Amino acid sequence: MEIPYTVKAREDTGLYNAKLGIWLFLASEVMLFGGLFSSYILLRVSAGEGVWPHGLMNIPIGTFNTMVLIVSSVTVVMGWSALKLGDFAAYRKWQLVTILCAGGFLGIKSYEYNEKFHHYEVWFKVPRQLDGNEKLKNQAFIDDGLVSKEKIGTIPSVVGHIKGAGAAWSKKSLEEAGMTNVVVELDHFHYRIPARFQAKISKEEKAHGHAHDKHEEITVSLDEIKRVSAFVPNHSTFFGIYFTLTGLHGLHVLAGAIVIFYIWLPGAGMWRKDPERYANRVEVSGLFWHFVDLVWIFLFPVLYLL
Amino acid sequence: MQATTSTETHTDTHEDHHHDPGFLRSYVFSTDHKIIGIQYGFTALLFLLFGFLLVLAMRYQIAYPDQPLPFVGPLLESLLGEMALGGTMSADLYNVFGAMHGTIMIFLGVVPLAFAAFGNYVVPLQIGAIDMTFPRINMVSFQCYAWGGVVMFVSFFIPGGAAQAGWTSYSPLATVIPTDGQTFWLIGMVLLITSSLLGSVNFIATIIQLRAPGMTWMRMPFFVWAQFVTGFILLLAFPPLEAAGVMQLMDRVFDTSFFLPSGLIVSGEPWDTRVSGGGSPLLWQHLFWFLGHPEVYVLILPAMGVISEIIACNTRKPLWGYKSLVYSVLAVGFISFIVWAHHMYVTGMGTKISTFFQTTTMIISIPSVIILTCLFISLWGGSIRFNTPMLFALAFLPMFGIGGLTGLPLGFNFSDLMLHDSYYVIAHFHYVVAPGTLFGLFAGVYFWFPKATGRMMNELLGKIHFWGSLIFMNLIFMPMFVQGTAGMSRRMADGGATYAAVELANEGVVGALSEAVIQLNTFVTHAAFCLLIAQIPFVINFFYSITHGKKVENDNPWEATTLDWQTPTPPPHGNFDKPIAVYRGPYEYSQPGHDTDFTPQNEPAKS
Repeated sequence: MEIPYTVKAREDTGLYNAKLGIWLFLASEVMLFGGLFSSYILLRVSAGEGVWPHGLMNIPIGTFNTMVLIVSSVTVVMGWSALKLGDFAAYRKWQLVTILCAGGFLGIKSYEYNEKFHHYEVWFKVPRQLDGNEKLKNQAFIDDGLVSKEKIGTIPSVVGHIKGAGAAWSKKSLEEAGMTNVVVELDHFHYRIPARFQAKISKEEKAHGHAHDKHEEITVSLDEIKRVSAFVPNHSTFFGIYFTLTGLHGLHVLAGAIVIFYIWLPGAGMWRKDPERYANRVEVSGLFWHFVDLVWIFLFPVLYLL
Repeated sequence: MQATTSTETHTDTHEDHHHDPGFLRSYVFSTDHKIIGIQYGFTALLFLLFGFLLVLAMRYQIAYPDQPLPFVGPLLESLLGEMALGGTMSADLYNVFGAMHGTIMIFLGVVPLAFAAFGNYVVPLQIGAIDMTFPRINMVSFQCYAWGGVVMFVSFFIPGGAAQAGWTSYSPLATVIPTDGQTFWLIGMVLLITSSLLGSVNFIATIIQLRAPGMTWMRMPFFVWAQFVTGFILLLAFPPLEAAGVMQLMDRVFDTSFFLPSGLIVSGEPWDTRVSGGGSPLLWQHLFWFLGHPEVYVLILPAMGVISEIIACNTRKPLWGYKSLVYSVLAVGFISFIVWAHHMYVTGMGTKISTFFQTTTMIISIPSVIILTCLFISLWGGSIRFNTPMLFALAFLPMFGIGGLTGLPLGFNFSDLMLHDSYYVIAHFHYVVAPGTLFGLFAGVYFWFPKATGRMMNELLGKIHFWGSLIFMNLIFMPMFVQGTAGMSRRMADGGATYAAVELANEGVVGALSEAVIQLNTFVTHAAFCLLIAQIPFVINFFYSITHGKKVENDNPWEATTLDWQTPTPPPHGNFDKPIAVYRGPYEYSQPGHDTDFTPQNEPAKS
């Protein structure tokens, strides 16, 4: 006894079962990511001034990854349309590109994650005075419209690489490694400086001939440090939501790639026995793939650009 | 001759291939919607009993604080160690049982029974389908549910015990509580949410795609409509809780601060040296109640569907206002998504937001009342058969009515400020779910039992079960309204003894609990134990009737019109022995000019 409409569409609904199923599933997924995006908005608007990080993402690499996914969503359609036209060989080629793009995206994302795990923020117990400390000026928040290096204030933390630290260390791991002082290679900018001011400072520095050739370093005693965190989920609510959203999205990419690969290679025997059903499978996996791409199209501006 | 032999051989191999899938494939990893429905029903009933036993232990502690539990005290001590030292219930254990009672009753008991068990068994039969659209996904759905149950159950026995922060798991408490039970709870919930996601996709797709020819939308039995709307609620309301669950899991495992505010201090220790802070406890509550409130309708709508079928059948007349019922259930489904924050009036989220949610809450009571009114009017002028399923269905109406109407003071923010987190709330939602939904589900068990087994359940035992349950449910929950309005707070391990007016320390304190209020604790606890005794006839009846019940005389013992009764008994794999088509509405009882007082949906019109 066969369940009806597994391949052919039901006349009054115009859908075959799996297509309806995947749309319902995607509706649920919209609510899942919708919940997380809403949380992002709520966390961000309720963050205190100067707390929400800006400019910590690697925008060129994120842009490239966006292009990778967009390409894959073109090829996934081309593959399906080739299959509908009966050209199995062309489908194979297009879908190969899709799978490679998926792998590429995940590879680049892993590289980005690793980069973050080696990047640190160090919070002082007593905020550092800026006056006279030329090195720290790039890490200070300048809150008026004018970029003025003469502004004097205090900074609660610095960001950069810690010499001799591994991936995602905490203050405890620094103590366990027997360090009493840590040497922080400062980033050129701290996130407290809005991106538009960073650009101005860069311009000024270039005009004055200060090239970004070497990192400035400061040494901090461990006793002065309140907290140390790499750019990992517990660094801040920003990185918390960043890793939750991109991690969940990455799992979706992985799952989609596995399904597409399964249909592409081990499950391809169905093409000879039941081509229409096979094409339906490709279509349904493609719908899921488009959704995964679409989520990234929202994630990229929200996490990297805004 | 030769030809015949070869045909026979062919049939044999065919049968080997299809009809002997072995025990595991037939009963554990089955893809047949009826078996899956029974799996769900059986597991859910066991969890309901388990959840009930948990609350009985709590009730004993409330009535007799810090006294050893009778019978089970030593057992608890040997299983749980320090938490039940000397067989008495510690406050921690009380919290464990409280949190898990709620979780188990809702997510492992009532929802799987109402939506998954009855839905799986009855919906495909009622729309004339041979199975669900995605039988294997259906199987995975049950497996996820079962594993979710295992994770929840195992968490009782880990060091530190199961979750303790209530079934609502409010952060920061749930995040900082030093037991892995909360992590188990979250993992269990993710499994249960996955299960309900797969189930709801399957249900909606089945109802849209697999309706038999002629089964138009307005010819669907009301039960199918109720399940359809429930499916959508589960599909769309659960994912935000999954998002919240993932975030709380991140908070617990990776020390993020989604729900931990800046400047948090736990037991005198500043928490911001461990975590970044900057999170929002309100965020958890919003995400939780975004599911939590629609979940109420997940609990109640299937039960309303069940009793609609039973009332139509046992009054021998069509449901009054079928279309109003359908539109109301759709309205309830939509509006249920915009009422959630009425659980949060005391969080200080602002008067404007409170006003909005108070308004939507009052609006949603309109379609709910329409549904109840239609069912009441359906009784008018019927020649009612008072069998056991009908008794439960009839009792559902006033019981749910009490539960619903006592919800109005909680929906208004000014009166909720007084009643919030008191026993009044407990009484209110238990009236909705226990004598409400559970009565509907008991009715369903008695009603569809003959279809699933081919035997009737015993009427006398059924009636004892019914009257016992009805009386003791009311004796349990009615006094709680009194206790709640007197100011007794819920979630107190000693039943309010600390705040008793008789305590010397509380002399002259305004709002201290009077002796009469405290004494109600003992009364309620006794009633709760009587309720347990009242369930014994049901258990006996259930198992005895499977093998020894009175055999049904035909496939349609209740003389019902819907398609589920036009199948062989019990329905075989594939359900119908001939292709089925629908020619009329679902409730054509007592039609003039017809020989019998019921006209099945698949009976062609006389030409």
